[in-house]
Amino acid sequence: MTTTTNQAGATTSQATPEKVLDARGVTMRFGGLTAVREVDLTVNSGEIVGLIGPNGAGKTTFFNCLTGLYVPTEGEVRYKGTVLPPTSFKVTAAGIARTFQNIRLFGNMSVLENVLVGRHTRMKQGLWSAVLRLPGFRRTEEEATRRAMELLEFIGLAHKAEHLARNLPYGEQRKLEIARALASDPGLLLLDEPTAGMNPQETRAVEELIFAIRDQGIAVLVIEHDMRFIFNLCDRVAVLVQGQKLIEGDSQTVQSDERVIAAYLGEPIDEAPSTKAPADEAPTDEAPAAPAKAAETAEDTDTDADTGSDDAEAADDAPAEDDDTPADTADAPKDAAPGKENDA
Amino acid sequence: MTTISENPKAPAAATAQESAATGLIGFLPPKAARALALGGGVLTVASCFLAWTWTPRFPGDLTVTGYPGGLQLQVLVLGALTTLFALSSYGVKGTRWLTPAGADPAVRLATIATFATTWFTVGAISVELGGPVNLEPGGVVAAVATLLGLLGGLGLPFERPALLPLDPEDTGWDRFKHRAGNGWSTFKAAFATGPVRRLPAMNSAVEILIITAVLAVALGVFTYGVGTEYDELFLGFLITTGLGFAAVNKSGLTQQATTLTGKHQNLSIAGAFIAAALFPFTQTDDQYATLGVYILIFATVALGLNIVVGLAGLLDLGYVAFLGVGAYAAALVSGAPTSPSGLHLPFWAAVLVGAVASLIFGVLIGAPTLRLRGDYLAIVTLGFGEIFRIAVNNTDGTSGPDITNGSNGIASIPNLNIFGFDFGVEHTIAGFTIGRFANYFFLMLLIMAVVVLVFRRSGDSRIGRAWVAIREDETAALAMGINGFRVKLIAFALGASLAGLAGTVQAHVTYTVTPEQYLFAGPIPPNSAFLLAAVVLGGMGTMSGPLVGAALLFLIPNKLQFLGEFQLLAFGVALILLMRFRPEGMIANRRRQLEFHEKDETPATLAKAGA
Repeated sequence: MTTTTNQAGATTSQATPEKVLDARGVTMRFGGLTAVREVDLTVNSGEIVGLIGPNGAGKTTFFNCLTGLYVPTEGEVRYKGTVLPPTSFKVTAAGIARTFQNIRLFGNMSVLENVLVGRHTRMKQGLWSAVLRLPGFRRTEEEATRRAMELLEFIGLAHKAEHLARNLPYGEQRKLEIARALASDPGLLLLDEPTAGMNPQETRAVEELIFAIRDQGIAVLVIEHDMRFIFNLCDRVAVLVQGQKLIEGDSQTVQSDERVIAAYLGEPIDEAPSTKAPADEAPTDEAPAAPAKAAETAEDTDTDADTGSDDAEAADDAPAEDDDTPADTADAPKDAAPGKENDA
Repeated sequence: MTTISENPKAPAAATAQESAATGLIGFLPPKAARALALGGGVLTVASCFLAWTWTPRFPGDLTVTGYPGGLQLQVLVLGALTTLFALSSYGVKGTRWLTPAGADPAVRLATIATFATTWFTVGAISVELGGPVNLEPGGVVAAVATLLGLLGGLGLPFERPALLPLDPEDTGWDRFKHRAGNGWSTFKAAFATGPVRRLPAMNSAVEILIITAVLAVALGVFTYGVGTEYDELFLGFLITTGLGFAAVNKSGLTQQATTLTGKHQNLSIAGAFIAAALFPFTQTDDQYATLGVYILIFATVALGLNIVVGLAGLLDLGYVAFLGVGAYAAALVSGAPTSPSGLHLPFWAAVLVGAVASLIFGVLIGAPTLRLRGDYLAIVTLGFGEIFRIAVNNTDGTSGPDITNGSNGIASIPNLNIFGFDFGVEHTIAGFTIGRFANYFFLMLLIMAVVVLVFRRSGDSRIGRAWVAIREDETAALAMGINGFRVKLIAFALGASLAGLAGTVQAHVTYTVTPEQYLFAGPIPPNSAFLLAAVVLGGMGTMSGPLVGAALLFLIPNKLQFLGEFQLLAFGVALILLMRFRPEGMIANRRRQLEFHEKDETPATLAKAGA
């Protein structure tokens, strides 16, 4: 699990990019609330793509659309050219594996059993084969155990194979989740905040682990809050704000993009409210902020400013088609406040 | 605190600990206590050979000198156990192997067990015959000996836990709670055992011999329990086995036995079946084979339910209906004169019909409900159980089509005849007479073997892991590519057809099938509530748990007739107590044990989770 080969591997695999994941115009509505709006995202083979955004930006909802937990209201998701089936177990069978934001291991099963469950879709024997111990049974079972042990070796948990998953320390539980997801031999691995609650050393270890996974030819899509982690790790980063994709590009582009800085740091706004804020009460704090911003860019921020206190409404009203045009900064001010607590 | 030597209870170590560690009762010096425990044990054994009462009116005839009978036999066994453990605590050569987890807690519990059984006997004699006057000197000797033994046992030193200091600002009630908590932790510490010594490396032939011996003891205990003839004896049996088993457990012997049986698992299971098959040969008449076959039916169905509840985590409250479906299906094609269908199929076909009918009903009930999560299934199955009974009641030709003969049921179901072997008549095998129920006992054993096979093999496979995964976390299981609905339906249908399988035999054993046999809750097992209780009491997800649970749940109402109306009350109280103190069931699954006693054994493993 060394990282020295990573950069080389990344550049060579770029030579023949194949679209592993292709999400087009994914929109997810819950009643009146639009959690994800018209998001396009592609992940090529051998690529690590990051998805960042403030809390409530719709990252996990978008993730759930990719894994079949939700069926997108509009748009479609293709995996290696075929449209994803609408149920999560079929998505996994197709080749997309995932981990969860809150660890969801099978706590009362052993570490090895957890990985074997992950292997479920790649084993074919059913009840009869198990009860009658048909010829292939032992072989498949041994093969699965061997593969599971390989994976445990890979994440460095082989010595704890017989421990109960619930008794593992936090960091190892996270790793075990990754191993469990890898057990289904996925072509694309979706990681939902893999370093949440980890210290810098552990985060570093996860980073190396993800590079090693990529080197195995598995494309990775990562949701994270930790900026340093994501910009180190990813070949491409997409920023999701208010359910819409703000920008997508390599680390450099994204890091230097004003709107992203605004969304995460909210710096330009800090001056403006100080003159007006004392007069206003707290809930409408954002309203004066928006006009202040509007002065800079002269876009149609009025609608947003009016409904700035209600995010759902705002998202519905906001123009949907211009999410990639650089002139549009309409969404940025609204997210200044929620974004602040997330900056790494 | 001295370090714990290999046998911490050796006298040398005890004197060193004297100042720090005293027994539960403080006034006895440890040396005297140990001597008392040993002396009490020896004296108890001796007293069993004396007459305890003057009249044979007390059941079991305890008047004979030199020949222990009835309850005396139980006291004798416990007395011997106490003596052996006490000798082991002295470190006497040849008895050390008896207490691989330290002798003192075992001695303590053994003295308690001896005391309880003896004083129960003496009390029963006094009450039934009208006063302690009716005790012969032997009874008094036994009572005094066990009391001395108990004092000795309680006087044995143990390492006291660190107690929480009392907060002077507490109110009276808080202080009381505090003292009670401290007392409880001290009490628990008195029975805490050290780690079990590892078994020495042995020839596998020797290991197999040991397993055989363990199984023989188990068969002996079971046969004795089934054969108890009167209430006092059975109550004594419950006390003796309960506390005696706890003592053996504390000594660490059971854990070593479990290690051995785990090592030779297939062999142990085969051995257990052989031991069970030997049971009819230990009986002189068919009376107790009847109990045996009913226990087997009950246990088989409970084991089937364990797949559904224990492995897949689907709460099925109407499981007995599947037993009913199987039984009715078999009865309808049995050629019984009252069977409306009038069919007469051979037994193998009847078994198939019964299992398939249950399977179909299982799929019919499961398919619409298993897509839902949570409690819906429990409600629907509860309803199905009742619907089955009422529908069977109504399809009598007057209020509905004549399918099941209504509330009269299908009577006089003929006995089975497989390959010319008539199950209805007595056979003589190797000089032993095997009666009708014993014949069915063997057949039922075969069915149970099938269920055990299915349970073990399916549990240890891709599908079994999927069941457990779904029980643990359905969302995560789906994300692992498990088709939740399909896997759950398989569990449900499999459980149903196994119950149907047992039902086909049950119809023949009971001669008659009526709707009233298949209630949700009733005084006679099997019914849905008792089946679930057998699974939960015995231990969910384990193989032997439901078998033990079913045996106990069947024997206790059967043997304790005097409980009568209070039977269900006593049962409820027992269930509550068990759930409070041993929620993983009598036979704990390794997983469950950790689940419920995580705090005791794995401190703060997840402390970082909140970070």
